[in-house]
Amino acid sequence: MLILTCPYCGISAEETELAPGGEAHLKRFGPGSSDADFESYLFARKNPKGVHFERWRHAYGCGKWFLAARDTATLQVFGTYKAQTPHPTPEIVAAVQAARPGWQPDWIETNADTSAESPKA
Amino acid sequence: MAEALAKISQVQDRGMIQIRADLDRAGDAIAGAAGLALPGQGRTTTDGSRLLGWMSPDELLLVLPRAETAEALSALTEALAGEHALVLDVSDMRAMFRIDGPKAAQVLMKLCPTDLAAMPPDGLRRTRAAQVACGIWRDQAGYVLVGFRSVADYLRGILTGAAAPGTHLEPR
Amino acid sequence: MTQTGPFRLPRGGRLIDRAYQLPFRFDGRQMRGVVGDTLASAILANGQIMMGRSFKYHRPRGPVASGAEEPNALLGLGEGGRFEPNQRATTTALVGGMVTAPQNCWPSLNADVGAINNWMYRFLPAGFYYKTFIHPRPFWKHVFEPIIRRSAGLGKAPTEADPDRYEQAYAHVDVVVVGGGIAGLTAARDAAKQGKSVWVIEQTPQFGGRTPTDHADGQTRIDALLAELRALPNATLRRSTMATGLYDHGYLLAREAIADHDPNAGLPRQRLWRIRAGHVVVASGALERPLSFAGNDVPGVILASAVRDFIDLYGVAPGRKIVVVTNNDDAYRTALVALDAGLQVAAVIDARASATGALPEAVRARGVRVLTGSAIAGIKGGKAVEGVKLCAHAGSGDVTEVIDADCVAMSGGWSPVVHLWSHCGGKLNWSDAQAMFAPDPNRPPTGADGRAMASAVGAAAGDLLVAEATGAGAEQAILPVWVMPANATRKMKFKMWLDFQNDVKVSDVELAAQEGYQSVEHTKRYTTLGMATDQGKVSNINGLAVLSNALKQPIPQTGTTTFRPPYTPLTLGTIAAEARGEVFQPLRKTPMHAWHESHGAFFEPVGHWRRAYCYPKPGESHGDAVAREIRAVRASVGTLDASTLGKIIVKGPDAGKFLDMMYTGMMSSLPVGKCRYGLICNENGFLVDDGVAARLSEDTWLVHTTTGGADRMHAHMEDWLQCEWWDWKVYTANVTEQWAQVAVVGPKARVLLERLGGMDLSAEALPFMQWAEGEIAGIPARVFRISFSGELSFEVAVPANRGLELWEKLHEAGRDLDVTPYGTEAMHVMRAEKGFIMIGDETDGTVIPQDLGLGWAISKKKTDYIGKRAQERSHMTDPRRWKLVGLESLDGRVLPDGALAVAEGVNPNGQRKTQGRVTSTYMSPTLSKPIAMGIVLNGPDRMGEVLEFPVAGQETYKARIVDPVFYDKEGSRANG
Repeated sequence: MLILTCPYCGISAEETELAPGGEAHLKRFGPGSSDADFESYLFARKNPKGVHFERWRHAYGCGKWFLAARDTATLQVFGTYKAQTPHPTPEIVAAVQAARPGWQPDWIETNADTSAESPKA
Repeated sequence: MAEALAKISQVQDRGMIQIRADLDRAGDAIAGAAGLALPGQGRTTTDGSRLLGWMSPDELLLVLPRAETAEALSALTEALAGEHALVLDVSDMRAMFRIDGPKAAQVLMKLCPTDLAAMPPDGLRRTRAAQVACGIWRDQAGYVLVGFRSVADYLRGILTGAAAPGTHLEPR
Repeated sequence: MTQTGPFRLPRGGRLIDRAYQLPFRFDGRQMRGVVGDTLASAILANGQIMMGRSFKYHRPRGPVASGAEEPNALLGLGEGGRFEPNQRATTTALVGGMVTAPQNCWPSLNADVGAINNWMYRFLPAGFYYKTFIHPRPFWKHVFEPIIRRSAGLGKAPTEADPDRYEQAYAHVDVVVVGGGIAGLTAARDAAKQGKSVWVIEQTPQFGGRTPTDHADGQTRIDALLAELRALPNATLRRSTMATGLYDHGYLLAREAIADHDPNAGLPRQRLWRIRAGHVVVASGALERPLSFAGNDVPGVILASAVRDFIDLYGVAPGRKIVVVTNNDDAYRTALVALDAGLQVAAVIDARASATGALPEAVRARGVRVLTGSAIAGIKGGKAVEGVKLCAHAGSGDVTEVIDADCVAMSGGWSPVVHLWSHCGGKLNWSDAQAMFAPDPNRPPTGADGRAMASAVGAAAGDLLVAEATGAGAEQAILPVWVMPANATRKMKFKMWLDFQNDVKVSDVELAAQEGYQSVEHTKRYTTLGMATDQGKVSNINGLAVLSNALKQPIPQTGTTTFRPPYTPLTLGTIAAEARGEVFQPLRKTPMHAWHESHGAFFEPVGHWRRAYCYPKPGESHGDAVAREIRAVRASVGTLDASTLGKIIVKGPDAGKFLDMMYTGMMSSLPVGKCRYGLICNENGFLVDDGVAARLSEDTWLVHTTTGGADRMHAHMEDWLQCEWWDWKVYTANVTEQWAQVAVVGPKARVLLERLGGMDLSAEALPFMQWAEGEIAGIPARVFRISFSGELSFEVAVPANRGLELWEKLHEAGRDLDVTPYGTEAMHVMRAEKGFIMIGDETDGTVIPQDLGLGWAISKKKTDYIGKRAQERSHMTDPRRWKLVGLESLDGRVLPDGALAVAEGVNPNGQRKTQGRVTSTYMSPTLSKPIAMGIVLNGPDRMGEVLEFPVAGQETYKARIVDPVFYDKEGSRANG
């Protein structure tokens, strides 16, 4: 049973205090998007054995959604971070790479990503 | 037969006000209207009568004598006028219990997956008690636990059960 | 001196107090033990060695071990609700008045009918069930299955509720040491001296492990460590506490026995500790292995360590004339303990070519025959050991001599207890020199930080002597012996038990290998080796060594089976803990719950809520009550406790924009003071919730959700606000429980409310689909003119603490109006009469609003809402989707809920094709006929057509497709 630290209230919460929310950093595709994009957004999940980014809600706590970087096989937690980011933060990337030297991000950081607005806002 | 680990009693005379706002921007206004300093992350401030608790980064809970609720509600609403904020009377929404006695912590240790020893003296911990959500803070004689009113009977049942005489957690 | 049985020794027994005798019953016999006895030691002291029969062959069995690994001496304990099967006699403390019964035997331990299986062993080989019971098919159902069902299972399940209490407790500890032996206590002291919070948990009631029995000044060493630890405030010693499993991120479960020894103490029987350990030190010691020789399961063949435990700890002689058989030095300790107790040691049979260490020499010095290079060819006796047949270990079992004996103390070497280490991923190394698997310190179980969350010390780590702490001298190397004698015949292997509990023999494992089983996991399941409560404790290493030999591969290549928690069986009561009876689950009660109760309400669960289903009067059936409630509402006025409806405040400059995304309809355009019905879909387009939204002010909405949907919808909103549109200025608050809500419904609803006074509720002041704030009967209230029944209806929300007051005032003021409390079933029927859909009836997670004729609640102007893109998919716009219609039963019978309407032809599976199904169906008291709703292929275009609903065992139902609105199609009643 996992323990994750909520980045909003600083509490190390155990899994029974949390609600899982699946893969993090999905880009929403709404009306006007192609069938392929929409299908991928709604259904296609990475499901990796290894480094993974996922959503958790501190449901029995401050109620905030946060994100966790975790190894799905060893359950090592590389870090937790706030949900208001389109990609894992540089600190999280560094923590993952420190533990998994060969690991590389599979996204491309763009200027747009750094804005406070969400991808489709 | 030994005594119960702690005395469980329901508190009926408290009012509660939920406040949601950007605490960085509106913290001073809230503190002024509530008559208490703004609590830090996971903490409470109190004057012995009122208690202001940190619920989440943009939410506070003011616990106060029920008779003062209406006045505090308008003071807070007024203080936050023009601010993007939410001030609600939630006095009837929760059930509040006191767990009093030297072994009060052991009662909670049976129900909450929380490291109470790590909770600061002025901490407010939101967690679960067995199967329901709750919030916990300390006062002089023990702990205060709040949960939703619909499960008041459940909370009383599990708290009383956990405090059953002779069930202390010290090694035997 | 008090005698407590013929096999109680005159002296000794470090754990017992002879001054206190305890009577108990075993197998119908009255026996006596003393305080400190386990059941096993007490029964042994009474001269009873046979304690049960084996699972498959019903062979006579006695205890093999003295601790948690015991596979044979499993007893049914207690009576009635306290009956518990499979209790290990070796770990169960004797309680005065205990009633115990052996298992797997009928009619009695001595004369067991099932023992016939023992003579059929040639026909019950490994995989017998798989091989035999498949064909012929009818035989399975009528012959084999009934027999297996009757004989299956280990022991009997209790038939009454457990009267004992259990509890759980959470702990957060820096270092938890599992095992209170010398290695564990040493590790605990070292950690505690570093200032860490340390727990030592020990499964038995005593600290010390094997050291006091096995080493000269053992007790002194243990006492010194305990004294040091007790002086450290940050160290906690918990005995009778068994670590059952280690899980992710240092989550350790441990069961503390609190009142096992005293069921009448009024205390919880056991407590399950849910510990978060910063680090776990596995100091769980080692378990002795049996030797596989013919007849090694005869009662009286006991592990060497257990023999000396019975003598040293309990002052009980497992036999008067003992033969020790071993492949290592440790078993010689048993010979010495037996000699010191005045028992005869007939011989030590050592498979090794020589035995020249200090221990063997000490035994020789006492005049005991030590036969090296020797082995046991067989055991004389069936229900007890009568003699031992000897042979050369190197040979194939030619008997050289027969020795009289009544007890055999066997030792096949020791295996570290690696269960806890392995539960969460710790890996093992095979040591050829020590013939054992031990934890690999380089591949420990890892925690949240990626580093080791456990380490192993002492015997659990493979350091069997823990010489540094015990002062033990060096011992001669073990000779791995997996089958005794080395070239045993096939016939002998039919009598060599590997797994006593599951009756798995050397021949079974060899047969499995011969039949092609190579994976140890497959072999385990095929032969049942190491299953059930054993979990590899006694049988594991011997079994996989035999498998490896049969497969002609080294042991590490075969590997071990997976070690799964719990280490020893855990009573289900500890898992349920407080969750039973009144607090089995949190029942949510409305502020008016007590009133409903005192007025005879029959409750139904809606989520965790308990809602009044109906209020039957004396002599009324539920159906009668529902019909009466509906007629009263339609004729005059009724009240419904609607407090459970979800109520969520949505406030902020972007609240309207946000609600437009949440709902399919337009909420931003709702004028202040008005209400609008809305639908919430998920991103997959499916309808998940509905309810009425009211605009409270320019920037504030109050949205109602379904009873079960409040938390879910609030979480749904927060999800989108926090994770997608985090720059939108919106706050939400779930205020469901702040308000009590009463629906006052019926043609006299206004009359009734006006009697309470305080607000102008006229049609002019408060038209349909508007709301107003004020006071009703002096209680601050919000009144919503919304209707789920088709009647004139006011939903009155007041602060929860005053809900009961309002409810009672309504009933007082409306007595002459026949004001009637009505429940959820009346509400359901009335909404169905009006053709209103119900989330969970008309929806099932695959239905979109368009299927339900709710297109009017979907905005055509909006470019986006949650679910809009999904609803544009070709399958969602397919005109052949099943759509909502009303269904009118042709013969006056109420259609069965969920019944399928059949179509012509069959599908590829040969089943009738279907073209619709019933989603809601009731007898309408208003219309005096059955009504139903359903979704049907092209339904709305097929008005008047008749569908057939075949139901097994009944005459096919027929129903005509009609408009789903059965009552007041113009809607004039609600608008009044």
